[in-house]
Amino acid sequence: MDIQIWTYIIVGLTFALYIGIAIISRAGSTNEFYVAGGGVSPLANGMATAADWMSAASFISMAGLISFMGYDGAVYLMGWTGGYVLLALLLAPYLRKFGKFTVPDFIGDRYYSETARFVAVICAIFVSFTYVAGQMRGVGVVFSRFLEVDVNVGVLIGMVIVFFYAVLGGMKGITYTQVAQYCVLIFAFMVPAIFISILMTGNPIPQLGFGGTLSDGTYLLDKLDGLHEELGFASYTIAKKSVTDIFFITAALMVGTAGLPHVIVRFFTVPSVKDARISGGYALILIAILYTTAPAISAFARTNLIGTVSNKNYADMPEWFGKWEQTGLIKFDDKNGDGKIQYVGDPVKNELDIDRDIIVLANPEIAKLPNWVIALVAAGGLAAALSTAAGLLLVISTSVAHDFVKKQLRPDITDKQELLIARISAGGAVVVAGYFGINPPGFVAQVVAFAFGLAAASFFPAIVQGIFTKRANKEGAISGMIVGLLFTAFYIIYFKFVSPELNTRENWWFGISPEGIGTLGMLINFAVSYVVSMFTPKPPEEIAVMVDGIRHPN
Amino acid sequence: MKENNNLNHYWQKNIKYLIILLSIWALVSFGFGILFAEQLNNIRIGGFKLGFWFAQQGSIYVFVILIFVYVRLMNKLDKEHGISEE
Repeated sequence: MDIQIWTYIIVGLTFALYIGIAIISRAGSTNEFYVAGGGVSPLANGMATAADWMSAASFISMAGLISFMGYDGAVYLMGWTGGYVLLALLLAPYLRKFGKFTVPDFIGDRYYSETARFVAVICAIFVSFTYVAGQMRGVGVVFSRFLEVDVNVGVLIGMVIVFFYAVLGGMKGITYTQVAQYCVLIFAFMVPAIFISILMTGNPIPQLGFGGTLSDGTYLLDKLDGLHEELGFASYTIAKKSVTDIFFITAALMVGTAGLPHVIVRFFTVPSVKDARISGGYALILIAILYTTAPAISAFARTNLIGTVSNKNYADMPEWFGKWEQTGLIKFDDKNGDGKIQYVGDPVKNELDIDRDIIVLANPEIAKLPNWVIALVAAGGLAAALSTAAGLLLVISTSVAHDFVKKQLRPDITDKQELLIARISAGGAVVVAGYFGINPPGFVAQVVAFAFGLAAASFFPAIVQGIFTKRANKEGAISGMIVGLLFTAFYIIYFKFVSPELNTRENWWFGISPEGIGTLGMLINFAVSYVVSMFTPKPPEEIAVMVDGIRHPN
Repeated sequence: MKENNNLNHYWQKNIKYLIILLSIWALVSFGFGILFAEQLNNIRIGGFKLGFWFAQQGSIYVFVILIFVYVRLMNKLDKEHGISEE
């Protein structure tokens, strides 16, 4: 059967599954809508967290990105996994014990301040919208590439599906669809990876094949370093960015991960503190399967790609080359007119431009895998994008209905009314996200740094201090969040939007790029809130009692 | 008062675990994977340079182990102090 038919069948089946689950697990109360009634098993929550976390970018772009970055790709690998250690050790158990619905709930209650809650709500909404626009775009891109429909039609189909299970099921519907989506996406990611690992190194485990030998007896990574040297690219296994910058970016991504509201809120859904701890472990192990496979794929694909195209006749290129050329993801320009492809480090002589997304999307074709595997990759990409989008939309709707309307505007509304408002805001958020998916703001790629930087510089210090010191008071927390946030925001806005031409190593403060500045923002937040707390009155007695309460499981 | 001492002791122990586990967390990622990666690259395991391996593989495995060790330690600590949930 051809790829097209396979794709319709597999994508159709997975969508039917998601909708079926959504209908079975409808939410009946705000408690079910926000935190799935607090009754999700730790393993199911781990799977849902993993699906929530791994976005279209993780699935489609990351392996390709690393394949072009080499060693430097480690900032994403360590940054997007190491945060779970912080989350499981420093935040999840205590926030579960606290036992409300959202991050602004915690900030507002712990710092006995509506202002603090408001700052937190604004941050949560901003961070989530930033993120979700990219996800909807991802849905559209996958649809358009595999089903050959228009990107915008793809976004619309994605909106309808997400609307269905997010608005109907709330957190309960989302959780169980995410469990299914995790299974789809990890299967879709691993099957081609295992095939390629066997093909290139004879080892079925990609993590081991990564350090294994090729058919000619040389180690894969040595071969790759050799090819890079020969063609004038920087070495694959050595750093290109400065050590300081790698350090700060990795830290910003780790701390940002631990501070992202859509990740934190997942730990409110399990029944107990004990479950919250182990659930973090399950989540990370399930995420690590993809994150340790991705760099192996990067190295396999890079070696394969160079071997296939470098110095070969353009006329002899395999079928996939022409197909991806049509989509604009591969561009060949025969500068010296010799009919051969020169793929080299020197931009003047280089004749080939390759989009990073191709590494995962075209890998099955490059490795000549069967058509159903290619269809599976499409279903996996969609699962990754939809699950993340749904999780984010829920945070937005909760922020609006619970943190804003219920807690600040109209505390007297009933549970039924609040649920209705939550559903309406989830619907509204889907529409706004879809709008951004169809008309993506040009800065979507740049604002990812923003989301992590802001989460790192605002939420993380406020929550950690709220748990680990009783002295931290509202003046400290609010000033810390605001200063950390403004500092990070201005630095990123300056280098990304105001003067992008100055965005080079010489101009950065201490050699820290905008991607890594969240780490400094976080340190500033900690320092400011400590100092301000010391010079302002202690928090009231009941706060100390509350902090004592969340430090113990019963 | 006795109750308070018990809880204080529990919290001190918890903090101690966190310091140890987070030091390992920082050592494998920021230490082995970033700051000392260049030196460690002189050592090889199979096809991997060690610093590169820690940066792209090893640190992630250690992260997973750390969380499971923490869960075990804390469950034990809960029981010892008679404050586990069930």
